[in-house]
Amino acid sequence: MELKRLLICGTAALALAGAAQAEGVKVGMITTLSGGGAGLGVDTRDGFLLALKNAGDAGKEVELVIEDDQQKPDVAVQIADKMIQSEQVDVLTGIVWSNLAMAVVPAAVAQEKFYLSTNAAPSQLAGAGCNPKYFSVSYQNDNLHEAAGAHATEAGIGKIFIMAPNYPAGQDSLAGFKRYYKGEVVGEVYTQVGQTDYAGEIAQIRASDADAVFFFLPGGMGIAFMKQYAESGVGKPLIGPAFSFSQDILPAVGDAALGVRNTAQWSRDLDNPANKAFVESFQAEYGRLPSLYAAQAYDTANLLISAVAKADPGDADAFRAALAEANFPSVRGKFRFGPNQHPIQDYYVREVVKEGDVLTNRIIGPAMTDHGDAYAEQCKM
Amino acid sequence: MLLAEQALNGLQYGMMLFLMAAGLTLVFGVMGLINLAHGSLYMTGAFACAAVAAVTGSFWLGLAASLVAAAAAGALVEIAVIRRLYARDHLDQVLATFALILVFSEGTRWLFGSFPLYLKLPGSLSGAVVLPGGLHYPLFRLVIIGFGAAVALGLWWLITRTRLGIRIRAGEADREMIGALGVDIARLYTIVFALGAALAGLAGALVGTIQSVQVGMGEPVLILAFVVVVIGGIGSIKGAFVGALLVGMTDTLGKALLPDLFGQVLDASSADTVGASLASVLIYVLMAVVLILRPQGLFGARG
Repeated sequence: MELKRLLICGTAALALAGAAQAEGVKVGMITTLSGGGAGLGVDTRDGFLLALKNAGDAGKEVELVIEDDQQKPDVAVQIADKMIQSEQVDVLTGIVWSNLAMAVVPAAVAQEKFYLSTNAAPSQLAGAGCNPKYFSVSYQNDNLHEAAGAHATEAGIGKIFIMAPNYPAGQDSLAGFKRYYKGEVVGEVYTQVGQTDYAGEIAQIRASDADAVFFFLPGGMGIAFMKQYAESGVGKPLIGPAFSFSQDILPAVGDAALGVRNTAQWSRDLDNPANKAFVESFQAEYGRLPSLYAAQAYDTANLLISAVAKADPGDADAFRAALAEANFPSVRGKFRFGPNQHPIQDYYVREVVKEGDVLTNRIIGPAMTDHGDAYAEQCKM
Repeated sequence: MLLAEQALNGLQYGMMLFLMAAGLTLVFGVMGLINLAHGSLYMTGAFACAAVAAVTGSFWLGLAASLVAAAAAGALVEIAVIRRLYARDHLDQVLATFALILVFSEGTRWLFGSFPLYLKLPGSLSGAVVLPGGLHYPLFRLVIIGFGAAVALGLWWLITRTRLGIRIRAGEADREMIGALGVDIARLYTIVFALGAALAGLAGALVGTIQSVQVGMGEPVLILAFVVVVIGGIGSIKGAFVGALLVGMTDTLGKALLPDLFGQVLDASSADTVGASLASVLIYVLMAVVLILRPQGLFGARG
């Protein structure tokens, strides 16, 4: 008898808790907060939290659980399972790295959870593997490289040397660049992932007759390459996607990055009210300039807030429609989703400049306008 | 010309590996300890150098700080943790020193934050110089070669010409006996460990100036340093030197030449892929060949 009453009470309490939760949305953020890649995850987290704070009461609708994936796919999968099964989140987000995203996203959307990408957007999830519950708020992985290719063509660079690490995102990078580059590729080199010494590649660049060098080397690899390239005195102009010139690593590269052109869908000096408010409040809150990752996470959080205001996450179709509208003030100015729920947006050419003592980026012109991605056609949903 | 530059690159890479491997092989040989946390000491050196250079504006003070900080961290770790491991088997040592990696990484992140630090070359060492034959080569890479050679000479002198060196060699040969002869083994081990740590710290500071100073920078180099130690023979400084140069040359020249070599028989894109993949396993092939021909390593005394 006693047991039965306890059970009834318990069930009632659970039902109540469930009812209370349905008002808002529970979000699980899986991101890299320890180890060498932690800078990117920290900016992702901070950008997301800032958006919730700036939204005031609307931000309180979002209940956030954050866990560190240590940049390991197996850890990310464990966290995702825990968040889905015991924390019962409605939405997952925050993964920085494509290999981790590939380990988590397909399983999460199969379990009817929404996934909003703040960064990683591998081609597999944009084409045939697209899913109604998966949105990329950042870009599609190839985009920044495509924009660099378009810019190199526009700038009249006839011969180019291209270089990326030998892993899926690196191969996508060079493929993306070549998709929009019309000149001649005189050297194409795949480096090892995690390589820190680029003397050999720099010697090859010196010996080649290239007019410029395109490279995609995320994280510490890019810092090492740029410092060594500046020392080598080769002096051919560098072009790259924004990852190696983002605010999180520019201070570590130092003056070696000055004047380098890079492509991105966002920049600190992008002139719109949402971006001004973002950059100012980020600096006030954290005492540093925001990076691309912080901007993408900030947009993701605002997209989520806009959707929660319109639909209950429990009603998947309505919630998906609310997300797809993308009716939120993006720091990129204009922003909309394409048919595969990846962004259609503008890409810019930026240049690394020094403002006072601080290295940062300045927009020097458009690279691509209203650009989608190459995989949208293969997406059937 | 390209070949000459690549050969210099190989030499310089080898010297860098030697700086890292020398401390490792010393500790391995004398104390019989597998120290996975060697990479953390390398990171400690780089962070100490970057922090001190940022505050004082002097790279040389930073370099001195890297030696002191890494040696101090090494001595502390030896007294607090490592000392309890000598009697244990290698698996316990690997576990404990792996734990040290995590402690060092998160400790460094806690102290310095998650973002990579900036470490700049002093003006007098930056830029490229023209070598005989018209080859432009970065001055700092020549400086690294110089440092590597100086450390090799210094260690040779220390091991063969000083009292401490005699004790180190004796400790390697028979630790019970030198203990019985009245040498304070505990102190000797602390000194050797601190010396190994200081070498790692110096390597970290030098390499940090042309790479990135960030948490986790030590682990990728550690694997190569172990390869060098195994090829050279455990405990042999001479072996570490020859092994490091072999690995440096093989890796650099392999990456430079193999894609072209395959280009003779395959089309360009598959030649690149095959060449690059083969180049990246080349040093492990080298290690396998050395181990088949000489299981104790090139200059290893023990089997």
